[in-house]
Amino acid sequence: MAIDTKKCVGCSDCVVACQTENNVPIGYCRDWVVEVMDGTYPQLEIELRSERCNHCENSPCVRCCPTGASHYADGGIVLVTKNECIGCSACIASCPYDARYVHPDGYVDKCTFCLHRVKKGMQPACVAVCPTKCMYFGDLNDPRSDVSKILKKRKHKTLIPEAGTKPQLYFLI
Amino acid sequence: MNDLPKQEETTLSFEKIKKDILHPLQNHKGLELWIVFLVTVIAVCGWAYIVQLRDGLGVTGMRDYVSWGLYIANFVFFVAVSLVGMLISSILGLLRIDWITPISRISEMIAVAFVAVSGLVIIMDMGRPDRVANVIIHGRFQSPILWDITVVTTYLMISLLLLILPMIPDLAICKNELKKASPIMKKIYNVLSLGYINTPSQHKHLHRMIKTLMVLIVPVGLAIHTVTSWLFAATLRNGWDTTIFGPYFVAGAFVAGAAALVMAMYFFRINYKLQDYITDVQFDYMGKLMVAVCLVYLYFNLNEFLVPGYKMKTGDDVHLKELFTGHWAVLFWCSQLLGNVIPIILLLMKKFRKPLPLMLISIFVLASAWIKRYVIVIPTLLHPHLPIQNVPENFVHYFPTGIEIAVTVLSFALALLIITVLAKIFPVVPICEIAEQRGIEVKIED
Repeated sequence: MAIDTKKCVGCSDCVVACQTENNVPIGYCRDWVVEVMDGTYPQLEIELRSERCNHCENSPCVRCCPTGASHYADGGIVLVTKNECIGCSACIASCPYDARYVHPDGYVDKCTFCLHRVKKGMQPACVAVCPTKCMYFGDLNDPRSDVSKILKKRKHKTLIPEAGTKPQLYFLI
Repeated sequence: MNDLPKQEETTLSFEKIKKDILHPLQNHKGLELWIVFLVTVIAVCGWAYIVQLRDGLGVTGMRDYVSWGLYIANFVFFVAVSLVGMLISSILGLLRIDWITPISRISEMIAVAFVAVSGLVIIMDMGRPDRVANVIIHGRFQSPILWDITVVTTYLMISLLLLILPMIPDLAICKNELKKASPIMKKIYNVLSLGYINTPSQHKHLHRMIKTLMVLIVPVGLAIHTVTSWLFAATLRNGWDTTIFGPYFVAGAFVAGAAALVMAMYFFRINYKLQDYITDVQFDYMGKLMVAVCLVYLYFNLNEFLVPGYKMKTGDDVHLKELFTGHWAVLFWCSQLLGNVIPIILLLMKKFRKPLPLMLISIFVLASAWIKRYVIVIPTLLHPHLPIQNVPENFVHYFPTGIEIAVTVLSFALALLIITVLAKIFPVVPICEIAEQRGIEVKIED
């Protein structure tokens, strides 16, 4: 997924869409919006980022899971199998992005890239709802996908690359 | 350290040792009241855990940021205290240090009780304890959680063996001497003593087994605490992401364990009237030992906080400022000063190594050891790499709820109950070893 920080207006529609789509319990979220202010007045700049699980290629959460409940699904999406999760929170501690939380029912929950929608050929809920169309979702291995094309054209970055997790969420800058 | 002051060997006979040590097992009324009290506490606090089972982890203060709260701090504390078994009965035992003989069994009892409860604390922290079998069914050896479960159970097993095997001669004595014991207890003594009558070949085999276990428990004991530290150090969080966490935790565990042992020694000495066995000499040496382990711990603390504090790299700076001068400063400096610096200074003076002052200092050391674990676990989780903005208030502040505190009380009561029951049914001081050490002939009838 690629997210255009120049287009994002920080409306948090993606957060609300995700919460309704995935029945996220009140008080928790799978995605969130941050505003980072840079510089001093009058040269101020604000970067708006809609953040979620980075679906890292080298995920510390998958590595440290004792039961294999956290795993890589087809296409590199990092998922948690609810029924296998024992709720030990080791993955939460190991995630540098704080993308996970313990569901009140005792298992760990996180962004799934709305795999149930993607399988039907639809976009993830956050992408579909975005009013400024600042998110691009698709197969990074396919050079013809929207996300591959935009990443070729635009300058982009990932979050905390020094953690070595190879995050797969790109922010266009 | 082997030059024990001359003890009044002439006044002690084997019969007197037996009587002194076994008498309190059957004639101590206060102990039963204490057990009733502990069971009541466990029953009341057990209800809190049932509430948590019914309603889920939502009843705790743990939210998105802090997913390892009070329980994990307790877990690290329990594991730390349990390391005393390895320090006293194995390391010092293998070095053939004499003064530990009367206290080795107490230290082993503490080890068994605390490591057993530490395993339970982990289960109490789990969101879905009903799925604990998944760790074995779907186990993945890449996960530090699995290493932890492996070493905790191994350490528990070896500690249990190290408690029971050296006790076999004493159990044979119990079988003969404790006439008032209930039939079940008599059966237990009979089975566990394995028909030991102290023949030279039995003596040789038993001591060879004990020695093998003593050697075995050293790597396992180091592993249990190192792996516990790896649960933290294997993550990328500020304050946990350091390479010295393993030895740092081991050093801290020796401090906590020594303090817990001193408190137990004092308790049994007064209540079981064991002044002839757990003497001032033992307290004096324990005080010196505590200075030594505190110095090692202080050295690691300097490394752990001075080096990153000097660089103050991004991420670490927020965390360290909060610890040194911010919200956590009181707890942090309390744990450093009361648990480390002040005990070192005080215990260098002989008058503070007497039983009562040493016990009082140990209370502070043990309490600071617990605070230290709390300060290791929680602030780090509150200072993530990429803070999420506009989060609910309860994300950025963590305070344990009543349920969590009750479950913590439950785990402490459980550990104390295990120690009390062990000390109620087994002699807390090794009868035969003391007799052998003082050159008294050991006679065990069939």
